[in-house]
Amino acid sequence: MSFLEYNVKITPSGWRKVLYLNWALILLIVAVACVGFLMLYSVAGGQLSRWAEPQMKRFALGFVLMLVVAMVPIWFWRNMSALAYGISVLLLVFVEFFGAVGMGAQRWIDLGFMRLQPSELTKITLVMVLAAYYDWLDLSKKSRPLFVLIPLVLIGVPTFLTLMQPDLGTALLLLMGGGAVMFVAGVHWAYFAAVIASGAGAVAAVFASRGTPWQLLQDYQYRRIDTFLDPTNDPLGAGYHITQSQIALGSGGWTGRGFMEGTQSRLNFLPEKHTDFIFTTLAEEFGFVGAASLLALYILILVFCIVTAIQHRDRFASLLVMGIAVAFFLYFAINMAMVMGLAPVVGVPLPLVSYGGSAMLVLMVAFGLVQSAHIHRPR
Amino acid sequence: MKRTQKDTTDSARQIGRRSLVVGGLFVATGGVLAARMRYLQVERAEDFRMLAEENRINIRLLPPARGLIFDRGGVLLAGNEQNYRITLVREDAGDVDAVLAELARIVNLDMVALDRARQEIARRPPFVPVTIADRLSWAELSAVAVNAPALPGVTPEVGLSRIYPMGGDFAHVVGYVGPVSDYYLEQTGDTDPVLQIPDFQVGRNNVEARLEHRLRGSAGTKRVEVNAGGRIMRELDRDPPDPGADVQLTVDAGLQNYVEARLSGESAGSVVIDCQTGEILALASAPTYDPNLFVRGISTASWNALNNDAYRPLANKATQGLYPPGSTYKMIVALAALEAGIINPEETVGCPGHMDVGDRRFHCWRRGGHGRMDLVQALAQSCDVYFYDIAQRVGIEAITAMARRLGCGVRHDLPLSGIAEGLAPTMEWKVQNRGAAWVVGDTLNASIGQGFVLSSPLHLAVMTARLATGRAVQPSIIRSVDGVSQLPDAAPDMGFAPAHLDYIHRGMWQVNNDRRGTAYASRVEVSDFGIAGKTGTSQVRNISAAERASGVISNDDLPWERRDHALYVGYAPYTNPRYACAVIVEHGGGGSAVAAPIARDILLRAQLGEVPPLELYPTNQRRDIERLHRELPILPTPPVPTGRTVRSQA
Repeated sequence: MSFLEYNVKITPSGWRKVLYLNWALILLIVAVACVGFLMLYSVAGGQLSRWAEPQMKRFALGFVLMLVVAMVPIWFWRNMSALAYGISVLLLVFVEFFGAVGMGAQRWIDLGFMRLQPSELTKITLVMVLAAYYDWLDLSKKSRPLFVLIPLVLIGVPTFLTLMQPDLGTALLLLMGGGAVMFVAGVHWAYFAAVIASGAGAVAAVFASRGTPWQLLQDYQYRRIDTFLDPTNDPLGAGYHITQSQIALGSGGWTGRGFMEGTQSRLNFLPEKHTDFIFTTLAEEFGFVGAASLLALYILILVFCIVTAIQHRDRFASLLVMGIAVAFFLYFAINMAMVMGLAPVVGVPLPLVSYGGSAMLVLMVAFGLVQSAHIHRPR
Repeated sequence: MKRTQKDTTDSARQIGRRSLVVGGLFVATGGVLAARMRYLQVERAEDFRMLAEENRINIRLLPPARGLIFDRGGVLLAGNEQNYRITLVREDAGDVDAVLAELARIVNLDMVALDRARQEIARRPPFVPVTIADRLSWAELSAVAVNAPALPGVTPEVGLSRIYPMGGDFAHVVGYVGPVSDYYLEQTGDTDPVLQIPDFQVGRNNVEARLEHRLRGSAGTKRVEVNAGGRIMRELDRDPPDPGADVQLTVDAGLQNYVEARLSGESAGSVVIDCQTGEILALASAPTYDPNLFVRGISTASWNALNNDAYRPLANKATQGLYPPGSTYKMIVALAALEAGIINPEETVGCPGHMDVGDRRFHCWRRGGHGRMDLVQALAQSCDVYFYDIAQRVGIEAITAMARRLGCGVRHDLPLSGIAEGLAPTMEWKVQNRGAAWVVGDTLNASIGQGFVLSSPLHLAVMTARLATGRAVQPSIIRSVDGVSQLPDAAPDMGFAPAHLDYIHRGMWQVNNDRRGTAYASRVEVSDFGIAGKTGTSQVRNISAAERASGVISNDDLPWERRDHALYVGYAPYTNPRYACAVIVEHGGGGSAVAAPIARDILLRAQLGEVPPLELYPTNQRRDIERLHRELPILPTPPVPTGRTVRSQA
């Protein structure tokens, strides 16, 4: 049964919706964002205007966006899914030809007040379109090869486009996020087993192809992998990021050096200290306690999302919320693993904490969708 | 699309199951991340904290102030001068060219140095200060400070650099410092971290070099916090440098100045020694050079001028220069014969002007001969034949043994760069080095300080001191280091019979004070300051029989480098010997005409402690002496002892 068949009257309407927001989730999001403001204030050397203030403004904008999205019934968003997906793919194609490139990755469109990265947007629209697809799809058909192929194409197109940018990190996020939605939707186990097996094969192929004319990855991507496998190889070159970030992180100890006392980030030993590597500053200044607390906040956000997804009886809403949860999870898990030396350096920001406009706004919209699902569920 | 209630329930159940699986994965991953955090931040925290400190903290060395060098009276010979310089930081300056142009209007900028500074600025990171101008005057520095607002990024700074206030007078004693070269590091194997400090200077020569480790001090450290670019953010703490030890020399700056001045114009060396203690009071070599040139980095032109000078200003003739000592060697022969007991000093030897040994004829310097001479007369008139005679009787081995006892042909270990051992030959030495047997002629040559015999002024001064006092004085030049005396114990008596020494003394007295003495012209009219000595004239060429037949060419007619060396050794006062002096004027001509007057002036200056008054001189010489003293580059007033010390350095 889909939403249209429910008795819509029992879902809240009008201003009453505000009461039905998942306030605990909002609280968690605000808490994480505040951690972000603190850290941005700290890495700017006690300067508010440099990063913290613009970030607060963006968060405020994002917060409003979240509420607006939350107020709109979830079925509207389901109907919009295909359109949103189409637009984001078009934008990806657009930036491929007209976008500006910065730091070797992530093309954007300059909107004047912010830089929109279509690849960020795609992370959500892909989840939306997949959720809508499985909502539409007859349950009995979900594991049939043809109907497995369709979502694979839906995932494949934006993944390929982002890979072309080239932005390996986002491409992986899209791939894994999309795969997670398919998994939750109930596609047969065997497909995933096959994918994992072929993934292992692909990794082998990637390594085997290195240095040959049909090399599968760019040289810099291979170097990143090398560096990841042994950062000490090249401590001042490519391994610098990982080595320095581990030094900063490790030197935090149990309770850290104290707020604004982190020496490694303040003295610029850390690269990208306000974006991808901001977690190291947190870990240096607040130690294990601080870093683990942030991790706990993230996990709690996931728990609330999962609870919302399981409570929901609508297929689209559940899949969408789970998809968003997985995307969110991938963000922080990959970022943390990266700065702690468990994953190669791929440009993935720490969600809600790293300085950056697109990711923040897209995440807030995504949480708006989660809230919308939360409000507009049959009770 | 319509869906049945059952489908919806199934769907929800399946999503629930799979969501829980995904949730489980989330939690598991979270666990892995937390475990990794714990590992890095708790278990390995110490390691990383150390690495972080290494990252953050940079240790900078602080140069120590070099120890000062004083003369025996406390006159500063080598000091540290405040060196005013201006530096520029590119990133603070903004438009470097505009700032430099502005700066050029305020102070005189050397165009070559400026170009070098420009290149340096372009090469170094923008925050590193680059020296634009060095050794500015206080006025120039003040001008820069006053105009600071118009000169962004320009900072006046103060450092220390070595200065030798006495200029060339002490170049051959104190030496100079210079930059640390790769060659220096290789030679010395010195690994002192202080050598890594940019612009650090080490002793390159003489006392500066030989006492390097006492003078240098040890580096202090400053711990600074730096950022990833290497820029200093703040100073954490500092361990101040240990300044080097001060060194006091035995040399008397006033006397040294006088001796250098008196030698000027000649290529000469002289040593004045305290004959009771062995302390060297003056050690001069002329011409000299300004050691300050080397501190600042000597120009190629100046270097070539010094290097190509026929008078070799860079060589220390007082200790390195080896010369046939000529007749100044005769006291050795005489004392060897007396101590051996084979001559009676009253007994006379006839001098016909020459002596034939085998088929060779050995000439006396006086062609007509001296007639009958006893020991004292032979010394006073420097009769060669007398010494040919007694040398044959005493033999070269006894002469050389006596020479070595008196300090010739042995190495005197002074902390100077070049100390020559000299040569007091033995029969065995000739066999080993010349591949020929010793012949009597060699002994005769040695007896008048020619042939193989070689000595430096230092040797001769030590010899004179030992003859004057009969005590085994050892030359020394360092009085104290860091306040601790370095002087040797009182010199023991050498055990010569006083009567024997007395003959020598009387002979030397007559040299200056007997009308027939070779240095009678260099007498002193006041007996309290009376001088005893011995002249020497040593040939640097062989005079052939043909030349002798046609008349020996006068020194004045020879090119400079073939003229005889003029030598003189002497001590004063005669009654209570205090100062011994040796003077060698390279190719100066005759010892009595050239070297003896110089030595007389030096010995008077040493005894009086000031430029000697004219009453001490023979009446007929006073006008010349007066003019000489007026023209010599003597300091108008004796150098003032100064306790001025420059210690701390920022």
